[in-house]
Amino acid sequence: MRPALESRVPLGPLAGKWTRRRAELPLVGPVQKRRHRVIVVGSGLAGASAAASLSELGYAVTCLCFQDSPRRAHSVAAQGGINAAKNYQNDGDSVDRLFHDTLKGGDFRAREANVYRLAELSNAIIDQAVAQGVPFAREYGGALGNRSFGGALVSRTFYARGQTGQQLLLGAYQALAREAARGGVTLLARREMLDLVVAGGRARGVVTRDLVSGAVEAHLGDAVVLATGGYANAYCLSTNARGSNATAIWRAFRRGAAFANPCFVQFHPTCLPVSGSHGAKLTLMSESLRNDGRVWVPRRAGDERRPEDIPEGERDYFLERLYPRYGNLAARDVASRAAKAVCDEGRGVAPNGRAVYLDLADALARLGAAALRERYGNLFELYERLTGDDPLKTPLRIYPAAHYTMGGLWVDYDLMTTLPGLFAIGEANFSDHGANRLGASALMQALADGYFIVPATVGGYLAGGGLGPVAASSAEVREALASVEARTRALVASPGRRPAAAFHRALGEILWNQCGLARDAAGLAAARSRIGALGAELREDLRVPGSPSSFNQELERAGRVADFVELGELMCRDAAARDESAGCHLRTEHQTPDGEPARDDARFAHVAVWRYAGPDRPPERLIEPLAFEAAPLETRSYR
Amino acid sequence: MNIVLEIWRQEDARAPGRLVRYPLEDVEPAWPLLDALDLLNERLVAAGERPVAFDSDCREGICGACGVVVNGRPHGGRPRTTTCELTIAGALGEDAPGAATPVITLEPFRTGAFPVVCDLVVDRSALDRIIGAGGFITARTGSAAEANVVPVPKADAERALDAAACIGCGACVAACPNGSAALFAGAKLAHLGRLPQGAPERSRRALAVVEALDQGGFGGCGLHGECERACPKGIRVDVIAALNRDALRARLRSR
Repeated sequence: MRPALESRVPLGPLAGKWTRRRAELPLVGPVQKRRHRVIVVGSGLAGASAAASLSELGYAVTCLCFQDSPRRAHSVAAQGGINAAKNYQNDGDSVDRLFHDTLKGGDFRAREANVYRLAELSNAIIDQAVAQGVPFAREYGGALGNRSFGGALVSRTFYARGQTGQQLLLGAYQALAREAARGGVTLLARREMLDLVVAGGRARGVVTRDLVSGAVEAHLGDAVVLATGGYANAYCLSTNARGSNATAIWRAFRRGAAFANPCFVQFHPTCLPVSGSHGAKLTLMSESLRNDGRVWVPRRAGDERRPEDIPEGERDYFLERLYPRYGNLAARDVASRAAKAVCDEGRGVAPNGRAVYLDLADALARLGAAALRERYGNLFELYERLTGDDPLKTPLRIYPAAHYTMGGLWVDYDLMTTLPGLFAIGEANFSDHGANRLGASALMQALADGYFIVPATVGGYLAGGGLGPVAASSAEVREALASVEARTRALVASPGRRPAAAFHRALGEILWNQCGLARDAAGLAAARSRIGALGAELREDLRVPGSPSSFNQELERAGRVADFVELGELMCRDAAARDESAGCHLRTEHQTPDGEPARDDARFAHVAVWRYAGPDRPPERLIEPLAFEAAPLETRSYR
Repeated sequence: MNIVLEIWRQEDARAPGRLVRYPLEDVEPAWPLLDALDLLNERLVAAGERPVAFDSDCREGICGACGVVVNGRPHGGRPRTTTCELTIAGALGEDAPGAATPVITLEPFRTGAFPVVCDLVVDRSALDRIIGAGGFITARTGSAAEANVVPVPKADAERALDAAACIGCGACVAACPNGSAALFAGAKLAHLGRLPQGAPERSRRALAVVEALDQGGFGGCGLHGECERACPKGIRVDVIAALNRDALRARLRSR
């Protein structure tokens, strides 16, 4: 048995590590490949690209998604773009610079070797996407165009209007659909993973519920790849799609896969403010708007004039004032906290004081309406439909919202979790973004993992051998099936009165207030006990009508909310244990005099890794120390 | 304001369905229509009744999951609007509140190729099979050339993206009197065919997609144009001309 947290980073200089690992990974022969089945859960950028690429290599693949079509996975909603170190703008970009920006953006809480590999693979992703027909923005000469994003001084973001995620996903989905039609991938939609099958100490399959018939089924194979996204929906109100959930990674955690840095959650600065009490979700406005928009609030608290009536001298362009070098392009966590701070001072704007302006007036004067519409047209339309305002006439109103989770299942350099045979890719793992992710890096990581890393490393694992057959009738499979059926029955049989949504809202409120943009020890302790009580209430007072053996969306939601409640407790536990500030994680006890997060590298330059210890025992906290050789630790500053 | 939601209830594919009226008090005209449906569902659950099944995920008009016939029109018939972007006021349209409580009727996308799964949820997997048959450029992972080697005229990239904006919601099929998916298929052919990377497979793609349309249970295109009016992403019927042209050219070449 190997030690729990061996990161298995190859030796040698940073720039040669991935080449070296690729060369030393054993290969699976063509005939053997067909005999190995790989189960891929999720069909977003990471899952679809992994499933299609593994199938192209010759493996038998099963790909499962809970949506009615793989094309609907939440990657589709990513707007702004994807980073790559092509240096097409001749502005000094390079793999090294993308690596440094990403590591620094994550406030030195990511694993150096993984981040370097991500930067290294970024260029191949663009090549791959263009070959598939992704219609990226072009210059008049026919070359690819770029724009800037937060946390970078170079222009390295490739984009397709405000629908970059959609277009990249269509590329991966079309490859997946082609492999499914060819017979290489068994594609099963409307299947939700509810448990992991572990046999002989290895991940050997998953148990799903068919969301149409309610049938509980086992899908068995030789390796399992989780590409099931993040858990920002623990906050109930987030920018994630309604169905995005943590159940797959949480069930894997309960089966022995360790969970890293659960408290690292990104709050995106440019979302539409909360309105009303029944809003189903929060809508994101791409960060790319910060390229051309200036963020401001009135200088005076309680100034209720319309934005156009407030003269220039009475406006506070607070990002430009606080961060003169990066200005409106400061990293996301920095911009989000600054927005919250000015609203806490009473300078937030209508309707309820929880919003700031994002003003395009200067860009409009400089570039004209046509150029802005070409860049952001669909965002303007979306904003106008939802608010009734035209962003070219009056400033947009924005506020931070839970958006992306840097935490996730712990993985080694090969993206394998602590459970042999179980891989986690994309947002589902913790690997590359440390304590804060830069804009336009999520798509890059999901596709690096799916197209290039996991197809190679899964092969290396399978070539290692030692995998006997696993029978559908084996005790481990029967136990996993029975456990899912029992849990599903218990949810439906619950005798209470309240819908799952009520518990979800209660959890979201606790997390937003105590484990949100700013945290402290007392608040986190209180949150943990309130979440514990909420879990007990849920077991007694939940109501799920209908039967488990039919289409039952309320049952789906109830199971997801129950898992979010357990995960929420772990998030607070992790936030309390990390007694420092880093990136997104601001402990109010640890701030610099000007309110920036104060890291404690002596005590916390590590990944916090939580291991499940049973239903009645607290999870165990392990650490993976982080060493910084190529990029020495420095204080992050966007000033 | 008070409204009545009149909703198609159907337990599963084989069960008979019927319209059921649900009064809903104190809603705001500016609320998203699906928020009103969420609210209704919470009340149904609290009362121990089966909530209304409907698909929706991103709630910002990009994933294509939502799709309801609202007052007789797919997605409610507002220009460039998906069901999840539709407000109560938008669903009611111009002929809104008179003295009586306005009624909003919600029905599934009903067409031969999309069997009803439950209430407002239908099975649109026939669209995935069209993509699998030919809606792709074969570009094996790892085989791609440097991205800037092939210049793509800006206008071609923009026009390709216009067609690639399709979200696969199926409103075009639901709106078509023949149940044709010509707009959906044409959008994919136009997206890929307008790019140089799509040229090598253009003929094969057209033939495969046309065959998949026939096998998928879709009707033929009668050039009614209802699809264009229903499309929430503004896909134009020109793409159907592209479909027909590509298919004809491919047939002539294969003789």
